[in-house]
Amino acid sequence: MRNLIDYLKQDVRIDEALKACMNCGVCTAICPAAEFYDYDPRRICDTVQRGNEMEIERLLKSDTIWYCGQCMSCKTRCPRGNVPGELISVLRKASQELGYFSESEKGSQQKQLMNTIERNILEIGYCVHPDRVDPEYHPEQGPIWEWYRDHIEDIAPKLGANYHGDGPGALRTIPETDLEEVRRIFEVTGGNKLREQVCGEEQ
Amino acid sequence: MEKRFWNEYQKEIADDHYFYERSCIRQTFFPGSEAAFLRILRDELGKDICDNPHQHTCTGIGYHSDVVPFETTMTVVARLFSLMTECGYENYVPSCVTSFGVFSEVLEKWEHNPALMDQARQYLWEATKREFKTPKNIVHPSDVIYKFRFELKPRMKYQLINRYTGQPLRVVEHIGCHYAKIFPDRGIGKAEFPYVLAGMIEAWGGTVIDYPERRHCCGFGFRQYLIQENRGYSIANTKKKFQSMEPYEPDFILTNCPGCNMFLDKWQYTIAEMEHKTYDKEGYGIPVLTYEELTGLLLGYDPWTLGLQLHQVQCEPLLNKIGIVYKPDEKYKGISGRLLPRPERPECLRQD
Repeated sequence: MRNLIDYLKQDVRIDEALKACMNCGVCTAICPAAEFYDYDPRRICDTVQRGNEMEIERLLKSDTIWYCGQCMSCKTRCPRGNVPGELISVLRKASQELGYFSESEKGSQQKQLMNTIERNILEIGYCVHPDRVDPEYHPEQGPIWEWYRDHIEDIAPKLGANYHGDGPGALRTIPETDLEEVRRIFEVTGGNKLREQVCGEEQ
Repeated sequence: MEKRFWNEYQKEIADDHYFYERSCIRQTFFPGSEAAFLRILRDELGKDICDNPHQHTCTGIGYHSDVVPFETTMTVVARLFSLMTECGYENYVPSCVTSFGVFSEVLEKWEHNPALMDQARQYLWEATKREFKTPKNIVHPSDVIYKFRFELKPRMKYQLINRYTGQPLRVVEHIGCHYAKIFPDRGIGKAEFPYVLAGMIEAWGGTVIDYPERRHCCGFGFRQYLIQENRGYSIANTKKKFQSMEPYEPDFILTNCPGCNMFLDKWQYTIAEMEHKTYDKEGYGIPVLTYEELTGLLLGYDPWTLGLQLHQVQCEPLLNKIGIVYKPDEKYKGISGRLLPRPERPECLRQD
């Protein structure tokens, strides 16, 4: 059987994320996610610190670790210098690598993120780009966004952007030679492997 | 005498020769702001700033959405540093607050764990045959504008004064969480008394509103917004801020983070449509400006070249309060000079 604590300790971030938690709960008090969800970062730190394998496995398979919004307000406030938001990143990575993420509704959403944000990075070199913010899926962007998208070739240059152009500037097309280097970085450093672990071979 | 706590927390901001890294969100939603920043630095301040065409995302949104591993992000950061090194620059200025946080995190981890930086060098070499030096100075562009706020002031045509009352404009400043909450030493005034935007507002004639939820997150939450089903988290947090600032009747909101700017603007529209509620008295909503837009406006730049027409909350009531001269007919014209069809009007967010 896999030792989950040892597995988590392989992540270079965990030493700074969780040093010693005294369960004061200040992280929960400041946490925007704790106000919106049934979410308590203090309990997550406590669970990992206690090292109960079954509880950690339950955590990795739960919705709970996917509630954090990564604002990192917890880091500012923790009197012991822990970073609960970073511990969440360690847990999420392990959950994806071990296949536990697909056992929760929120965890399963990682496939969507792989197929939008990660795909954007590899295909065009941007996390977000106006071509890929479809008003149909973003009604909150309002009519101005739809208007901008409809007329972007006429508006973007007026604002100094270089939309789909060569050379420097906002929204330029990133040269294929640069994108290829980014893709090789993903291959060498495990980015592609993580995508395969989340999306499977077919992607 | 009032104690100015922020004065105790200053940081070094390079004087010239910057390497600029563009922001995915800023380019997407407010590209005019990045153009304005470069124009201000080059034309107003006579500074040298490199806009390298080979740059790309830092992967920050992917990193905080947990689809990009740390090892990948730190090596992408290393590639961006190699571009800076190749061009002969040492002062790195990332447009995005998320990027600023990512760079700060990578640099701090490398400092605490030099073997990790060696690993980044090996990864980068294996993937690209590139090498890099770390920056001598890394600051957010809002730090640079803050540094030169008094040099810019004599060049400004307008001040943050309500021309109808003669009183200072009342401004809410919202600072992106990743500017100083993760690494307080890297922010002017640290996390407790961040002064980067307040310093601009006060230098240029306005007054800063202190309100209970001043330091609360804008609500982005990465996966909490990027996944449509999760967006309740995002709008609920933004609403909490609006409810808290409403009694103080702000004239506008000023931001330094690209994401925060977009959310504080667009969620006002959404809340108005959902609940028929706006957080100003007249029903227009509270205008939300980037610090580049504000600086450009006060310098006399054309609002429609700055890109104010891309905000859902209309800016004209604010322009009128300041007394900014503008051409209403130019608002919906494109680069060709052709008058474009007007955007649809929101049902519940007033515009003239």
